Amino acid sequence: MKILVVDDFSTMRRIVKNLLRDLGFTNTVEADDGKTALPILEAGGIDFLVTDWNMPGMTGIDLLKAVRANPDLVDLPVLMVTAEAKREQIIMAAQAGVNGYVIKPFTAATLKEKIEKVFERIDG
Amino acid sequence: MTNDFRLDLAKDLVIALEQGNEIETEKLLDKLAGYKASELFQEVGQLTRQLHDSMAGFSLDSKITSMTENDIPDAKERLQYVITMTEQAANQTLNAVEELLPVSKTLNEQAEALSEKWERFLDREMPFEEFKSMSAEITLHFSQSRGSLIQVEKGLNDILMAQGFQDITGQIIKRVIDLVQDLELSMVELIRLAGDASKHEEGKAKEPDLPGPVVPGVDDKVGDVASNQDDVDDLLSSLGF
Repeated sequence: MKILVVDDFSTMRRIVKNLLRDLGFTNTVEADDGKTALPILEAGGIDFLVTDWNMPGMTGIDLLKAVRANPDLVDLPVLMVTAEAKREQIIMAAQAGVNGYVIKPFTAATLKEKIEKVFERIDG
Repeated sequence: MTNDFRLDLAKDLVIALEQGNEIETEKLLDKLAGYKASELFQEVGQLTRQLHDSMAGFSLDSKITSMTENDIPDAKERLQYVITMTEQAANQTLNAVEELLPVSKTLNEQAEALSEKWERFLDREMPFEEFKSMSAEITLHFSQSRGSLIQVEKGLNDILMAQGFQDITGQIIKRVIDLVQDLELSMVELIRLAGDASKHEEGKAKEPDLPGPVVPGVDDKVGDVASNQDDVDDLLSSLGF
């Protein structure tokens, strides 16, 4: 299981990476915005995408749309971890095909629960 | 005040001075100075009115009113929230450290005492009775270590999670910087307009940015934001998630 973590704040990437490691996911890759993330995804081999929304260059929502528009990536599970909490934004993300939505600040338990839920849905 | 009138006054003043008429001289000087002052007051008054009109015209259709009424008080609350968040993170980190240091110290002391005994055992200097008690101590140490290390792991995770403040506060501070920049531009514009009221232009509204982190008491007033993860989950499940 290879996971791509996308966030423009390196501290947040480290936190997510550490939490993922704690959950047993040791194989992670990082990118600091959608623009750098997309080529990594297109190169293949990523099984799960965790992305922030508000990033310079290319936002998480645009990254999500690009992922869903790519036949190779259309089924890639995507978890959004973001400070954006407006209802219309959450709805927008849901419509764009996000698999889970976690708002910052979050707890380790919340992230764990949402990740497990994403995989449950895929496996089931 | 016309020139003729001033000339008459000046002539009268020369006559009064030549005659050595102190009282008349003083009276005429006061009169001249008084006219000068009232002209100055009039001009200042005119300038003030112009400035006032320019400012009123400008603020009616520009962002500066909404900035001073909403954005600046909002910015204060946002920065206050930054203080709260950084304080929470610092406390969370310090709490974990204060909790873990004694745990680590106890484990270290136990290990030190046991290793000393272990050395004596290896040197065959330990009577059997003491060996039995050391075995019990080792067993206890192992079980305590396991509990303590779980505690250490939990504390380290608390410290890890506490660092999340940097992302949130960074985003909030960046927004306040943007506001200060906007305000600076508006002030420059205001000064320009005050200098030349005829060049009045409407301030261009900035492209709306992403709303960013929700600051309690500032961004959650209208009820269009999810204030916690449960809100998000409820909303998503109402959408069939």
